[in-house]
Amino acid sequence: MTEPLIYDISVPGRCGVSLPDVDVPETALPADLLRENLDLPEVSELQVIRHFVNLSHLNYSIDQGFYPLGSCTMKYNPKLNEDMARLPGMAQLHPLHDDEGAQGALALMYDLQTWLAEIAGFKAVSLAPAAGAQGEFAGILMIRKYHLDRGDTKRTKILIPNSAHGTNPATVTMAGFTAVELPSDENGDVDLEALKAACDDTVAGMMITVPNTLGLFESHIIDVIDTIHGCGGLMYMDGANMNALMGVVKPGELGFDVMHYNLHKTFSTPHGGGGPGSGPVGVNEKLEPYLPGPIVVKLEEGTDDEAPLYGRRMPEKSIGRLKAFQGNFGMHVRAYTYIRSNGDQGIRDITRHAVLNANYIRVKLQDAYHIPYNRYCGHEFVLEGRFEDVPDVHALDISKRLMDYGIHPPTNYFPLIVHEALMIEPTETEDKQTLDEFIDAMKKIAAEAHDNPDLLKTAPHTTPVSRLDEVRAAKQLVLCCRPVEVGV
Amino acid sequence: MSYIPHTDAERQQMLATIGVTTIEDLFEAVPASHRFPALDLPAPLSEMDVAAELQALAEANEHAGDFAIFRGAGAYHHFIPSAVNHILLRGEFYTAYTPYQPEVSQGTLQAIFEYQSMISVLTGMEAANASHYDGATSLAEAVTVALEATRRKRNKIILSPAINPQYRAVVRTYHQGQNLKFVGDDGSADIADLVALLDDNTAMLAVAYPNFFGQIDDLKGLAEKVHAAGALLVMVVNPIALALFKSPGELGADIAVGEGQPLGIPMSFGGPYLGFFGVKTDYVRRIAGRIVGETVDQDGRRAYVMTLRPREQDIRREKATSNICTNQGLMALSACVYLSLMGRCGLKTVAELSYHKAHYAAQQINSVPGFQVDMSKPFFHEFVVKCPKPVQAINDALIERGIIGGYDLGQDYPHLKDHTLIAVTELNRKDEIGALVDALKEVVS
Amino acid sequence: MGNWKTPDDLKYTKNDEWLRIEGSVGTIGLTDYAQDQLNDIVYVDLPDEGDTLKKGATFCSIESVKAASDVYAPASGKITEVNQALEDEPELINSDPYGKGWIVKFEIGNTADANDLMDAAAYAEYCNSRE
Repeated sequence: MTEPLIYDISVPGRCGVSLPDVDVPETALPADLLRENLDLPEVSELQVIRHFVNLSHLNYSIDQGFYPLGSCTMKYNPKLNEDMARLPGMAQLHPLHDDEGAQGALALMYDLQTWLAEIAGFKAVSLAPAAGAQGEFAGILMIRKYHLDRGDTKRTKILIPNSAHGTNPATVTMAGFTAVELPSDENGDVDLEALKAACDDTVAGMMITVPNTLGLFESHIIDVIDTIHGCGGLMYMDGANMNALMGVVKPGELGFDVMHYNLHKTFSTPHGGGGPGSGPVGVNEKLEPYLPGPIVVKLEEGTDDEAPLYGRRMPEKSIGRLKAFQGNFGMHVRAYTYIRSNGDQGIRDITRHAVLNANYIRVKLQDAYHIPYNRYCGHEFVLEGRFEDVPDVHALDISKRLMDYGIHPPTNYFPLIVHEALMIEPTETEDKQTLDEFIDAMKKIAAEAHDNPDLLKTAPHTTPVSRLDEVRAAKQLVLCCRPVEVGV
Repeated sequence: MSYIPHTDAERQQMLATIGVTTIEDLFEAVPASHRFPALDLPAPLSEMDVAAELQALAEANEHAGDFAIFRGAGAYHHFIPSAVNHILLRGEFYTAYTPYQPEVSQGTLQAIFEYQSMISVLTGMEAANASHYDGATSLAEAVTVALEATRRKRNKIILSPAINPQYRAVVRTYHQGQNLKFVGDDGSADIADLVALLDDNTAMLAVAYPNFFGQIDDLKGLAEKVHAAGALLVMVVNPIALALFKSPGELGADIAVGEGQPLGIPMSFGGPYLGFFGVKTDYVRRIAGRIVGETVDQDGRRAYVMTLRPREQDIRREKATSNICTNQGLMALSACVYLSLMGRCGLKTVAELSYHKAHYAAQQINSVPGFQVDMSKPFFHEFVVKCPKPVQAINDALIERGIIGGYDLGQDYPHLKDHTLIAVTELNRKDEIGALVDALKEVVS
Repeated sequence: MGNWKTPDDLKYTKNDEWLRIEGSVGTIGLTDYAQDQLNDIVYVDLPDEGDTLKKGATFCSIESVKAASDVYAPASGKITEVNQALEDEPELINSDPYGKGWIVKFEIGNTADANDLMDAAAYAEYCNSRE
């Protein structure tokens, strides 16, 4: 099942939109500056609708079924959130509107800053970062500026455990630091001896994910934090796994100096097929003046009759702007709606049930698959997608076969420290029946791997397309379906 | 309102399977001294109560649904056909993840491929990526491409002062750890002044088109000069303007970036937006972000997949040139649907309507005593007006009359104190322009 | 035991480059083991003629579909010739790593740089030790 390209169904002279006539006297266009050709498709509105609806049928999504993609927190995206972000007062507000006329939006952002700070135990939050990766980048730039402002210029290194997301080392390089990788010990925790050996006055800080990418709470997180602080470094927490921590522990109280949140994971804003995300960053007193801006501040307290007055400000020693305007506001509206719906107990229940669901699957699958670090996990866990007696079957094959069972595969080949890793994160919004269906499918696939491995090697069999020729895609680059006339 | 489906009985069954008594038992690895802190958050609300609260917040904003708007400066109020939102609200698109598993993601992948094709056509570049966060971050990523393309042997970046000030700020934020020299944008330099700064240490020269003041500079010959110095020419462009004016490709640019918000994306107080990124084939392997390519499946069917993956952070880790791991997927879909609906004819009409209405408004405002429009260069749908009073005072008076006025240029350009930047699009009716002109007359009288 | 070719007349690095020395001219390529690990090579980011090589520093990167590998200079010197054929046929490194898949030739700055490199036997053992 495939769908033609929109250009394939284009007919010269057709148009999918009706626009008004010019209602003012016309002004001549500057002829020597004009282009000659504009090769866009020519299709009717109905053609456009059918084309994109047909394309949507080629996708798999949370709205269709279980999506246990580890480290991505594919929870239900409430429909109410979508409606709220589309209210005219939200969607049609100009980003450079004066503060006085944007009080509703600013009040919303202020409350969201406050709630996020409370959930993770931080002093202040900036909603500016457009994605988790930008939140990380902001955090490391703040650490850099903090040291430089103190005249501490020899700190050039950031420590990172070898289980980290690839964004962590990439962020470190972007910010002008050198990434130093630390080994994990036999329990999947940071190797404390290696950490101590790496710590000196050239260490600017450490980035660590809690729970880590194996889904495990670091057994000696306080020791790790104290060790880094002991050598003058600062602690960055990658908040990708915050769905395992809400109401359970506040990273700021543990001693972390800075952390990013993923509104598109923990706070239910949709992933959108790859974005947009939103990656606010929270900090303690030390780093507050360095936050990316603008942030929302309360200029005047409210009274019984009048609402407070809010305004946008750049923090005193800000690392600067990360994008134009003030963050992905549409995502802020959705996250606000979500926190407001759940409230204090609901937020805590999210984590409790995310962790319950993950541990339930873990225990149910521990006989059929090898789980290398098998203890109570957080909101996700990692098993090995391989069998010693059928070495030709790989994690990838298990993933592809899951598609035939109508389930999205877990994350493959990450973290790198587990062979043939399959990382499973059910989230709290899945019911027990769905989890049981997944468990059944995984057990059947384990049996198939032994009885009929070809079924896995040739999977998927029921999807719109079969496995793709990725070598051809990379070698014979076809990135555009139109010939483009290039100038000079 | 909670979204957790578990019944008490199910919870007990699951806990028994795990072998614990309570959910709290699963958190033994968390330091006891910090476990289960109080959470000072408001109590939960029902769906109807949340909706009412958000409605009240929304109504506290002065927005383009209620006001005539003449503000642009990087975000524009354009017409969005209803069909765009209906496609965006399909759960198959918006509740899917990044298309890592191509067999079950052909919808997202093909839509991105079509988006890339349309951006290539619009910019006249040979390739485009799946997008960056916004126009500003696209420009910041263009700097990295230029540094890589010149093999990290050059570290000078020339920026036109007529690039959106926020974009220039973002570029500096991104590269503060990289020991680069940013030059050219500290005054009122024109294109010739920027050319004079080119030397053998220059990695790129960036100009805006139309520039921040709405003007279309004549850029013929600029690319040759930049290339003669061994540098890359980067153009920051408005995608609607490209329906009328020569494309960056025709003008010899190496990279074209810009804000895709005008392509069917609401203003939403600044985001989420869409950073488009077009590039010559020579540099395609040096760009950051997702790229979708065409290939075939095992049965020979045409299909799409993310390609050139080894550039990215999850594979190259500390050697990646960017940490980006998303594109603005849903926003790229918006632009793709919008451009499909508009097509060859519609987009040009939108651009022409904006152009004619802006020029009409400019002439009308220029005839108001005390106001003077800068007509020194051709402009698209935005223009600079010198005002007889501080812009803030004028805008305060306009809002009283139901009009959102222009952008106060004095905030970013000290020499443009009391100058406002007025934007006009196809959505500004003639009577709105008339009301603006009348209001300006009243303000100064 | 792996079955990778390790020609006797070459020197080898721990990063899986090979070095052929002919008078003052060195040739660098990727070993059979390395190409096997990378699998289908789809792109080689070649350096420029005239570029300086610094022993131990990366000067070129090689990409397969799902991996990237940097190539490090086994000795210092100045690049005199780049194998432009790899631009269109990067798979030459897969099919003929010690022949048509060579990457650069260079004027060796100091032949002593090669002293700490492995010979064929030591390298073959090194490859097997990583399996």
